[in-house]
Amino acid sequence: MTSAISIDGVSKRYGALQALDSVSFNVEQGEFFALLGPNGAGKTTLISALAGLARQDRGQIRIMGHDTVAAARDARMSLGVVPQELVFDPFFTVREALQFQSGYFGLRRNDAWIDELLFKLGLTEKANANMRALSGGMKRRVMVAQALVHRPPVIVLDEPTAGVDVELRQSLWDFVQELNDAGHTIVLTTHYLEEAETLCSRIAMLKRGRLVALEDKDTLLARAAKREVALKLSGELPTALAPLHSRNEDGRLVLTLPSLADLEGVLATLRNAGLEIRELSMLETDLEHVFVSMMNGEQV
Amino acid sequence: MNGFYTLFKKEVLRFWKVAFQTVSAPVLTALMYQLIFSHVLRSHVDAYPGVSYTAFLIPGLAMMSMAQNAFANGSSSLIQSKITGNIVFILLPPLGALEFFAAYLLAAVCRGLLVGLGVLVVTAWFGLPLPAEPLWALAFGLLGCGVLGTLGIIAGIWAEKFDQLAAFQNFLIMPLTFLSGVFYSINSLPPIWYAASHANPVFYMIDGFRYGFFGQADISPWLSLGVVGASFVALATLALWMIKTGYKLRH
Ligand SMILES: Nc1ncnc2c1ncn2[C@@H]1O[C@H](COP(=O)(O)OP(=O)(O)OP(=O)(O)O)[C@@H](O)[C@H]1O
Ligand SMILES: [Mg+2]
Repeated sequence: MTSAISIDGVSKRYGALQALDSVSFNVEQGEFFALLGPNGAGKTTLISALAGLARQDRGQIRIMGHDTVAAARDARMSLGVVPQELVFDPFFTVREALQFQSGYFGLRRNDAWIDELLFKLGLTEKANANMRALSGGMKRRVMVAQALVHRPPVIVLDEPTAGVDVELRQSLWDFVQELNDAGHTIVLTTHYLEEAETLCSRIAMLKRGRLVALEDKDTLLARAAKREVALKLSGELPTALAPLHSRNEDGRLVLTLPSLADLEGVLATLRNAGLEIRELSMLETDLEHVFVSMMNGEQV
Repeated sequence: MNGFYTLFKKEVLRFWKVAFQTVSAPVLTALMYQLIFSHVLRSHVDAYPGVSYTAFLIPGLAMMSMAQNAFANGSSSLIQSKITGNIVFILLPPLGALEFFAAYLLAAVCRGLLVGLGVLVVTAWFGLPLPAEPLWALAFGLLGCGVLGTLGIIAGIWAEKFDQLAAFQNFLIMPLTFLSGVFYSINSLPPIWYAASHANPVFYMIDGFRYGFFGQADISPWLSLGVVGASFVALATLALWMIKTGYKLRH
């Protein structure tokens, strides 16, 4: 099956700045994919290249098999993008904006789908309001609707939840999940890592224009799982265990274990030293943890 | 085709929703020029034989207003979209360069023609005759708006800030449209200005448009048609190239 998105050796410079540096990866059809990275990592630049808003200097991008340069028309028909910046046309109402957007994609009489989008995004009451009169979060929802008017198989959301309240964030994700269940491929960038963790099945991380990680979420989490154990003891930590001691947390000693099997040895050492264990718990790693250590250049 | 039509409709609505500023205001301005100049120059300037100065003035004013407004339409729409960022909604869909160009151009022509018609209607009572050669008048009205509309698209794409566009407008469009024989017949000019006027495409538009009304002009309408037509083809080629390559639109 053709990949939903195929990125092959894409580089892009802005003057002296290497915004993208030989980035290659594929997103398969039906995936829910997260693109993560700190500010300025190149996420938006990559999305702009996908959408034809920017031109890569080198490399090739295909959307559903269509080259974004040589077959721009088909590539754009297959792609819906929600840009990061909040933008709108102050001359028109919500419904007009969506009707125009449908028309640009060559669609006539798209009102049934527009009504459904308005409903799903909680905009029905605002359909005839001028864009200017909407709150920031509502404008963001209109942008989501605008990206979906042509029912694109591939949907890219560049930080869609920035400036959006908790309730909408939830309903937006429910809707996006629904689209994913219906077979749409979803790519999103977000700075809320728990969003990526709960929603996405695969994750790419960019750092200064380079791809630094590309994994299944679970593999990434497992690889990064540093098996930390937090202890409260009746006395001092035996010197034999000092090398494992990483820090203290809430009055507990945190030991980092190379693997879970090492827990046996730790417990034995403690027993032999005649120490009593008052409290013991394993610490969970989360994506945030992984992300921070990746971005600090640690090998996980 | 539907993409073109939608963009065209959006561009027409954009100016139509604020028609008070985009159509009524320039018509009023032209009316004031007509009142002032016809009053001041009525007895001084000799236009064509059998054509009063007040009548002579009307087609020139109409063409000048058409030119300025056709320019303003595409240029202001594009720079606003670029600065606010909502141009992405036009760059994301699969609109072809020709669709993009034609939509902005035709909307600009519509605004130009509306303004021109408005000027003719409110000034007609100064003695405008029915057009002697209506087809010539129409041809120059359309082409004139086309040339300036295209120039507006080019300026709107090229400019990155409002002041760059304002400079384009004040230092190029205004001189071109004002120094084009709107207020006088160039035969009355000193030789150097006479020669300079011939390098100005707007001069040919106005002269040709006037020919449509009076059946006489400073130069042959065919020559004017050639100059205006060639200007249009050259500018349209440039504009299409800019759109196709994404010049200043796609990074
Ligand atoms: N049009 C441009 N001209 C010059 N430099 C640019 C341009 N667009 C982006 N850059 C630079 O390219 C780099 C990558 O920017 P990009 O917007 O892709 O980052 P990002 O990963 O989306 O960051 P954020 O999380 O803040 O949205 C940045 O250093 C940015 O300054
Ligand atoms: Mg970004």
